[in-house]
Amino acid sequence: MNMPNIAMGSDISESSDELRSDRFRMEREADWERLDEIVTIMEKGRGKHVSDEDVLALPTLYRTAMSSLSIARENSLDAGTIKYLEALTLRAYFIVYGTRTTFWGWCRDFFGGGWSRAVRGIAPEILVALAVMIAGALVGYYMVEADNEWFYALVGEGMASGRVPGASEETLRETMFGQTEQEGLAIFAAFLFSNNAQVSILAFALGFAFAVPSILLLIHNMALLGAMLWVFDSRGLSVDFIGWLSIHGTTEIFAILLAGAAGIHIGRNVAFPGDKSHLQAASIAGKRGALVMMGVIIMLIIAGLLEGFARQLVDNTLWRYIIGGTMLLFWLGYFFLFRRSRV
Amino acid sequence: MSSVAGTTALQQRRPGYSAKLQRQIITPEGVPLNISIAAASARAGALILDIVIIFGLMLAYLLGILFFVNIFDISNTSNAGFWGQLFLIVTILFVFLLRNAYFLYFELGDRSATWGKRAVGIRVASRDGGRLTADAIIARNLVRDIELFLPLIFMVSSGAQGQMSGTTTLFGFAWVAVFLFFPLFNKDRLRCGDLIAGTWVIEAPKAELTSVVTPSDSMIFQNEEAKAHYQFTNEELSVYGEYELQTLESVLRNGSDDALVSVCNAICRKIGWNPGSGEERVFLEAYYAQLRAKLESDMRFGKRRADKHSEAE
Repeated sequence: MNMPNIAMGSDISESSDELRSDRFRMEREADWERLDEIVTIMEKGRGKHVSDEDVLALPTLYRTAMSSLSIARENSLDAGTIKYLEALTLRAYFIVYGTRTTFWGWCRDFFGGGWSRAVRGIAPEILVALAVMIAGALVGYYMVEADNEWFYALVGEGMASGRVPGASEETLRETMFGQTEQEGLAIFAAFLFSNNAQVSILAFALGFAFAVPSILLLIHNMALLGAMLWVFDSRGLSVDFIGWLSIHGTTEIFAILLAGAAGIHIGRNVAFPGDKSHLQAASIAGKRGALVMMGVIIMLIIAGLLEGFARQLVDNTLWRYIIGGTMLLFWLGYFFLFRRSRV
Repeated sequence: MSSVAGTTALQQRRPGYSAKLQRQIITPEGVPLNISIAAASARAGALILDIVIIFGLMLAYLLGILFFVNIFDISNTSNAGFWGQLFLIVTILFVFLLRNAYFLYFELGDRSATWGKRAVGIRVASRDGGRLTADAIIARNLVRDIELFLPLIFMVSSGAQGQMSGTTTLFGFAWVAVFLFFPLFNKDRLRCGDLIAGTWVIEAPKAELTSVVTPSDSMIFQNEEAKAHYQFTNEELSVYGEYELQTLESVLRNGSDDALVSVCNAICRKIGWNPGSGEERVFLEAYYAQLRAKLESDMRFGKRRADKHSEAE
């Protein structure tokens, strides 16, 4: 030791001229700094650049830092060191106990059972949402039947584009058939997807307000459909109209149904959390709902493609029913029959 | 005042330190870790930065397209229609992704923070101290859509079309206000998305390991005799507690010469010493080392003294 001899207080028995807590620090700081380096690299998302040796050392270094922190808290008054250790251990903690799923791993889990499990988890709400949607469609239908003016209130001039009460059978038929030559189908598909996805995110996200907004949104959307159905039905075109709708509708309306159900699921758990705390129940329901919603987005991409391309290209009611029906059976089978135990 | 484990006396008096925002998580190793909930101002700052970044990306995208169209003179080529369609599709999908995937992508990363959050030093974490799952990130960001983008788009679009009546404006602002101020009305500063996802936003502290305070590098080889001269009695060391010690530490680490002089004078007045001028650093380092040795030794016997006003407990 070639350091100057600092006189110690009378009750200090150490022979060395360093503080005991500083010696403690100097013995361990190499480990802390190595941990710091590894954590910094991993935080930048360059985990692959960490050598195998370092990866193996990480848990040990993490525990060393943890125990250093515990000791320093009890023995050291060096605020700088404690502050450093507090920050370092917290960062290392988030790396060591952080998200570990890779993108592909998450996909495998999601498609291989996670998605359908989440959908089955909200089965009661799916029934509620279904009932609400049917009621909404009926309300729309009978409101327009009672008074045609309701149609304009529900649908709006821009969206109707000629499909209004009193339109001739010819006009209505033209909107459903003979558009195979139309250009810009891809744009249409992309637009529909983005629009529908936003609506279903809305239906989901509004659920936390005790599910009421989600239900209102479902009713409004289906009333619109019911009103439109009345227009076609009044000219005896309901079979064709449903076919035209079902080619993508079985997927799209199913997706919106699931989104609404996920919203209701959250609302129900916030309002009636059972034996969990309100926050706990909300977060469990929220995570399950989020899984369903990822699926909804995927379903809407498929629906957008079907609506943008298939509906215009398949110009025949029978085939439209076949495609729509097949899609419906596929979804039902995937959600409710496909079960795989968790790996 | 009950102190949170390990929080130093100095940290608790730092301006901006709010005892209400301090939380602890217990790691699986059984060590309590101190975390602080991000203050509302930090959240707001991060959000504003993120919105600016999103608009910036959108602008960059549009400029890129314009540049591309001009360079290749696409509007005059035979398949201009095809390119037009392609651009429109890509634009629709790009806007959708920006709106929904920007936050998602960055919060799923190892730092669990968007660029805005990184800039102000905060991150997302799971409220129960466990792993932050992808599901939770998805849930908290889907809700962002109604909290932020929906009213934003609603107001911008109806404002642009001049259809904004007094009532709709008022409703729009009320909507935004409810979600915007939601975090201020709960103790964990949760927004609706955090509530549903079981997450919270906490400070992500980053600290450099500073050098040992004493003997500082510049002092090791000089003034040895002077140092030997500074020996303090137990009474002279008993006037201060941990808070003063750590204040002295920060003055020694970062203080200017003026600060050294005034601190030195304050201590000398109290204990009746009189170091020569120019000797302030030597005096203060010696005093610091001995005061810390005394307080740490007391600490090992279970006696702690928060500051000069308190008695050792």
